[in-house]
Amino acid sequence: MAIIRTNVLICAGSACVSSRAYDFKTALLEALEEAGIKEEVNVVDTGCIGTCDLGPVAIVYPDGIFYVHLKPEDAKVIVNEHLLKGRVVNRLLYQQPMTKEVFPSLSEIDFIVRQKRIVLRNMGVIDPESIEEYIAKEGYQALAKALTMSPEDVIDTVKKSGLRGRGGAGFPTGLKWELTRKATGNPKYVICNGDEGDPGAFMDRSVLEGDPHSIIEGMMIAGYAVGASKGFFYVRAEYPLAIKRIENALEQARSYGLIGENILGTDFSFDIELRRGSGAFVCGEETALIASIEGGRGEPRPRPPYPANRGLWDSPTVINNVETLANISPIILNGAEWFSSTGTEKSKGTKVFALAGKVNNTGLIEVPFGTTLGEIIFDVGGGIPGGKKFKAAQTGGPSGGCIPAEYLDLPIDYESLKQIGAIVGSGGLIIMDEDTCMVDVARFFLEFTQSESCGKCPPCRVGTRKMLDILERIVNGEGEEGDIERLIELGEEIRRDSLCGLGQTAPNPVLSTIRFFRDEYEAHIREKRCPAKSCRALIAYQVIPDKCRGCGICARVCPVGAAQGKPREIYHIDTGLCIKCGDCFAKCPFGAIEKADLVLEKV
Amino acid sequence: MKSLEDLKRIREQAQAQIKLRTQEANTKIIVGMGTCGIAAGARETLMAILDELSKRNIQDVVVTQTGCVGLCEYEPLVNVVKPGQPKITYMKVTPERARQIVASHIVNDQIINEWVLSTEEGA
Ligand SMILES: Cc1cc2nc3c(=O)[nH]c(=O)nc-3n(C[C@H](O)[C@H](O)[C@H](O)COP(=O)(O)O)c2cc1C
Ligand code: SF4
Ligand code: SF4
Ligand code: FES
Ligand code: FES
Repeated sequence: MAIIRTNVLICAGSACVSSRAYDFKTALLEALEEAGIKEEVNVVDTGCIGTCDLGPVAIVYPDGIFYVHLKPEDAKVIVNEHLLKGRVVNRLLYQQPMTKEVFPSLSEIDFIVRQKRIVLRNMGVIDPESIEEYIAKEGYQALAKALTMSPEDVIDTVKKSGLRGRGGAGFPTGLKWELTRKATGNPKYVICNGDEGDPGAFMDRSVLEGDPHSIIEGMMIAGYAVGASKGFFYVRAEYPLAIKRIENALEQARSYGLIGENILGTDFSFDIELRRGSGAFVCGEETALIASIEGGRGEPRPRPPYPANRGLWDSPTVINNVETLANISPIILNGAEWFSSTGTEKSKGTKVFALAGKVNNTGLIEVPFGTTLGEIIFDVGGGIPGGKKFKAAQTGGPSGGCIPAEYLDLPIDYESLKQIGAIVGSGGLIIMDEDTCMVDVARFFLEFTQSESCGKCPPCRVGTRKMLDILERIVNGEGEEGDIERLIELGEEIRRDSLCGLGQTAPNPVLSTIRFFRDEYEAHIREKRCPAKSCRALIAYQVIPDKCRGCGICARVCPVGAAQGKPREIYHIDTGLCIKCGDCFAKCPFGAIEKADLVLEKV
Repeated sequence: MKSLEDLKRIREQAQAQIKLRTQEANTKIIVGMGTCGIAAGARETLMAILDELSKRNIQDVVVTQTGCVGLCEYEPLVNVVKPGQPKITYMKVTPERARQIVASHIVNDQIINEWVLSTEEGA
């Protein structure tokens, strides 16, 4: 048998798969065959490396060379140059977007260097479809260790670690387990919440796809700790790859006897089933999720009683988020002190964020609590593209709030964000630059929660509708004096009177943008002006005569013939015809088209 | 799998599979694989090194390749970099020489002087 001298790990996360990672893989296998070195090179799938916009991506070990934007035709070059002759293919390496510096190895790039990977420990290292590789990376060792401890000691370790729930609320995980253990009732259950309803978030999906065994192991340790012998995965049906990998992982674990009866020769027995969610946002709320597993409508019910006392089929139930569970094995293996040495006073460990929006490096990142927003944006994220100014970041998606530029140096944790009216949330992190209108951001999120309201309670159903109507008027230039006060009043009512977390948090994006960007609301209402020049109803595209060279490109791209003029003369835009698609603005080679305030145009 | 011992056994077997991705590189062996290197038999040399390392069950050595370094008449070239030691470049490394380099330099820390082409401090 030939000796394997190189491993090529190809990212097989959803994003890379949809940018045709598997076509690259096929081409690579063919090229290896052709070069006669197929036996020496092991080609392996791996979980999301986090740099999804650079996909498909691959890492070549042992040197750790990181290739990006791979196309099937690149496979031959990599084989002939790198794998045969040891010459790294420079044009396929990662280039820092701001400095244009080229980095050959994954461990060197700014995006990775600044991270601390506990939850994402196996992404880019092992094959998510191989239980053996998971076991090789200490997999199921934490379970084996936990089984030698008493359930109380396991709970105590998790309590001392300071781990808090990553699903949004930040409830201490050890305490939740203790309450469930002490609750009377049998059988008990463990649920993994993989509903991930925050639009634009993909942390949980990536972990489920990239390291499914780590979640299974976390669920089993939770089961042992609380005295449950049955667990459920609840994953939205729109995550087919995650579902496939979980099912594969469950089958492997079962065939190895790692789930089933008398695990590792002990009295502990545990089995896990997978349930698909319909994808409604409210189904991520724990009581709605439980109702949905029971086969009922996914609607929330009042708490208390909490699931720890009365959960699935009225039995005591631990429900934890995917990321929470991914932290369990490392905590058991390395101890509570090891975990609590990372983070801040009350927020221990790391947080995974889906970094998106106006930032150079988007993707999946994991940083210690206490990292500042500025470090995330400028060190990990590589700064704001196009030399634009940072304006604010939205955390917690539709339940969260914004963090304005004056808080760039604020260390991020549960407490600090709560103080300024934002939340850590489940990990959506959207970066916005000066071109973003904060009123429109609030409208966007409220539109989402409004449409996702299950309608069971009137404050949420009717209240969010009223707020949305006001916001729509404001961005259309029809805002009235008193609208801001009405929004605040409605927001506080909805917060107070709604049944579940969806309604209770729905006004947050509005209230938080009013808190920090009230002047933008006022400009829309009083002057009918959008300071970010983003709201279509309040802007006009116009030609800057001094800059126009009469090239006629704007007239060619305009879909409605609103950009008019004669070649080599100064063009103009007919505001009456213009549908504000912005195509001319984007295409003018001389930057001769600007967005102006519509009001000024009229005068 | 019925016991902790079973788990341990599977783990040890599987660790070989992911070794290349996780090992901390202590010692590096770099084989020159330019066109003339390959013509001079560098691939056979590379395979001999890998085979010898695996026979001896040596874990903490990383074997990589490099391109043309412009010293064609001395090919195949093999560099050995040990932590805290200068980089040693061996010349005309046949598969047999390669096996001896592993036995002597890698395992016993004995540089085989007669095949050394150059020694580079601070590599
Ligand atoms: C509207 C709404 C949606 C939610 N969606 C999710 C979700 O997608 N994933 C999640 O883990 N928790 C979600 N939660 C929080 C859960 O109710 C619950 O607190 C969490 O799963 C507990 O796990 P943890 O303690 O590990 O965070 C949601 C809550 C609300 C109110
Ligand atoms: S594309 Fe720009 S430069 Fe060309 S005609 Fe239009 S406004 Fe003038
Ligand atoms: S914004 Fe669109 S519709 Fe308006 S002038 Fe430019 S291309 Fe035409
Ligand atoms: S899916 Fe490939 S890097 Fe994220
Ligand atoms: S190809 Fe080997 S030194 Fe030039």
